[in-house]
Amino acid sequence: MTAIPLIEVEHLTMRFGGLVAVDDVSFTARPREITAIIGPNGAGKTTVFNCITGFYKPTVGRLTLHGEPNYLLEQMLGHEVAQKARVARTFQNIRLFPGMTVLENLLVAQHNKLMRASGMSIYGLLGLSRYRTAEAEAVGKARAWLERIRLLADADRPAGELPYGAQRRLEIARAMCTDPRLLCLDEPAAGLNPRESAELNELLVSIRDDDGVGVLLIEHDMSVVMKISNHVVVLDYGRKIAEGAPEAVRNDPSVIRAYLGTEDGADA
Amino acid sequence: MEARLPSMLKDAAMTALVAAALGIFIVGFRTYDVGKGLTFDFQFVELGIAVVTIFFGRLGLQLASVGLKWPAFLLGTVLGAIGAAPLRLPSTFLHWFIVLAGVLIVLRTIWPWANETMASVRQSPRGAAYGRYFAKWFGAGLLALAILMPFAPFADQKTMDLAVLILTYVMLGWGLNIVVGLAGLLDLGYVAFYAVGAYSYALLSTQYGLGFWSVLPLAGMMAAAFGLMLGFPVLRLRGDYLAIVTMGFGEIIRLVLLNWVDLSNGPAGIGSIPGPTLFGAVFAETAPAGKQTFAEMTGIPFSSNQRLIYLYYIILMLALVTNFFTQRVRRLPVGRAWEALREDETACKALGINPTNTKLTAFAVGAMFAGFAGSFFAAKQRFISPESFTFIESAIILAIVVLGGMGSQIGVVLAAVLLIGLPEWFRDLGAYRMVVFGLAMVLIMVFRPRGLIAHREPSVRLHPVRAGP
Repeated sequence: MTAIPLIEVEHLTMRFGGLVAVDDVSFTARPREITAIIGPNGAGKTTVFNCITGFYKPTVGRLTLHGEPNYLLEQMLGHEVAQKARVARTFQNIRLFPGMTVLENLLVAQHNKLMRASGMSIYGLLGLSRYRTAEAEAVGKARAWLERIRLLADADRPAGELPYGAQRRLEIARAMCTDPRLLCLDEPAAGLNPRESAELNELLVSIRDDDGVGVLLIEHDMSVVMKISNHVVVLDYGRKIAEGAPEAVRNDPSVIRAYLGTEDGADA
Repeated sequence: MEARLPSMLKDAAMTALVAAALGIFIVGFRTYDVGKGLTFDFQFVELGIAVVTIFFGRLGLQLASVGLKWPAFLLGTVLGAIGAAPLRLPSTFLHWFIVLAGVLIVLRTIWPWANETMASVRQSPRGAAYGRYFAKWFGAGLLALAILMPFAPFADQKTMDLAVLILTYVMLGWGLNIVVGLAGLLDLGYVAFYAVGAYSYALLSTQYGLGFWSVLPLAGMMAAAFGLMLGFPVLRLRGDYLAIVTMGFGEIIRLVLLNWVDLSNGPAGIGSIPGPTLFGAVFAETAPAGKQTFAEMTGIPFSSNQRLIYLYYIILMLALVTNFFTQRVRRLPVGRAWEALREDETACKALGINPTNTKLTAFAVGAMFAGFAGSFFAAKQRFISPESFTFIESAIILAIVVLGGMGSQIGVVLAAVLLIGLPEWFRDLGAYRMVVFGLAMVLIMVFRPRGLIAHREPSVRLHPVRAGP
């Protein structure tokens, strides 16, 4: 295990008016590991994600992405988190580009690389070989991902026509096409049947082990969380109530209390 | 089926009653001045015929909607025949009205059937192959027609004028298609950039003596700069809000041109704008000092048509440049980012696409092409005033894009021919031509709600399309 974490979340607090959605949460996630964030509905999991990926500006706190160089995510503009710090994400309710084809979805993900290669569109407009090589490379990468998620045959279909499970896989592949250092997945197993869910586990493990990308995962499906995550962070009412290895967290009385409640609700 | 007949008759009677109640004041009475006051003129025969037609028309639609194909078809044909028959009806409009009712019923009857047949043909591999073949050659055929048109026997001055007008709108449609069709930014003030281009050329040519070809890129840049200027404040807006602000921007430009008399000569407009030259040769009977005419340069005797043909080729070329650019840019990262932005802005941000830059480029590029078209317009008209750049122009250009099918290049051509050509061709109908125009729009929206050509061709394919059956 490396000593340097991949992302370090320190004293993250997010307030919406009077509502405290996330309250002084600190945790770290390591590279080449799957870190799961779990918790009951409304615990603030997605808010933590939105802070990390630049969609919200945290009220208090520091978010450090370690690497060469380090980035302070809380100081970056929305799209820069993905563009410069290379933090990719998926959404709880799938957000593909439904009218564009599967392949186009994966090419849009490689926008910044292709944009540089097309010389801010000028080489591309002139049809220079420099851009065409870059595009062929991008298509090759997309093809490799389509093979991995078994959607190669559907490459030219509009993404919105795919079945639900395939859309979930495609969204993960699209996020991976941005060459991320950290991949944030917001409930990737939601709405999947047990077979699809098992496939998802394989895909995530392969992203961790073969691509060496750190994964941050929000999940309700305990079969996913317990099987594949290396580290689990439990949130409840915006606070971190437990953290540790999956087995340890599963047996933690405060976690059981948060999920199942107590007989008289005395802890509330 | 029989059980439904009474209710259908009742419904048709109700419709006729409503039509009668509405029509009695609009059609039934007409007041006219007889010198000492107003008297009434009664037109109950017309009203009666109209109400009866409406009764049968509604009945026909009802029959068609419950699937009684043949009775509906028969009714439609009979109505059409009655309208076309040389009866002595009080006005010719009634003939048109009855024919129209008949045609509509027939259309309504055969539409589901035609739709089904088309769908099954399209799904069969042979039909699909023919479809692709057609799509491939249709554009090429149109292009060939456009290039050869000035030499066709039917190309008199009126036709050429109309062709130039249509091509101007095709170009504007293609330009706006970048903003609305690709980037999904609903722009109701597109005419502002057209005006900027037109005034750029008008002022630079009349004040500083610059020629058309040197001003053209400048006008484009000017318009693009205005596009950026509009783009900045509206970056956060979407949909309806964006439409309202862009509409306001269009009006601001027009009002500035109207009121800044020192710059634009106000409502009086700018006149005697020089036309475009060909390698320095002007298209006129006598050249101004220091220039030569086209006739002197080439030895071809002067004809007033030459200027028009030259204008035609200029706008054809400009339109084709717009088209080529759009086709090309769709396959580039920036074009794909525009489309992605239209589909989902949040997802774009998550992929590291800068939405600000992407939107601004779309606005600027779209505006640039409007600027080109504007300076062409000024060179063609030789006189411009704020009158030419009213909101209705923006609305027509947007209608061309929407009716053509958002993002479709050929669709824009068809819609421009329909929306610009139709009112001109039907000028003989007088006041009713706008009715025909409105009807055409309604029909397109009913039968093709996503535009004439709703098909989107992917910008890149992994698997080549299977050729042939």
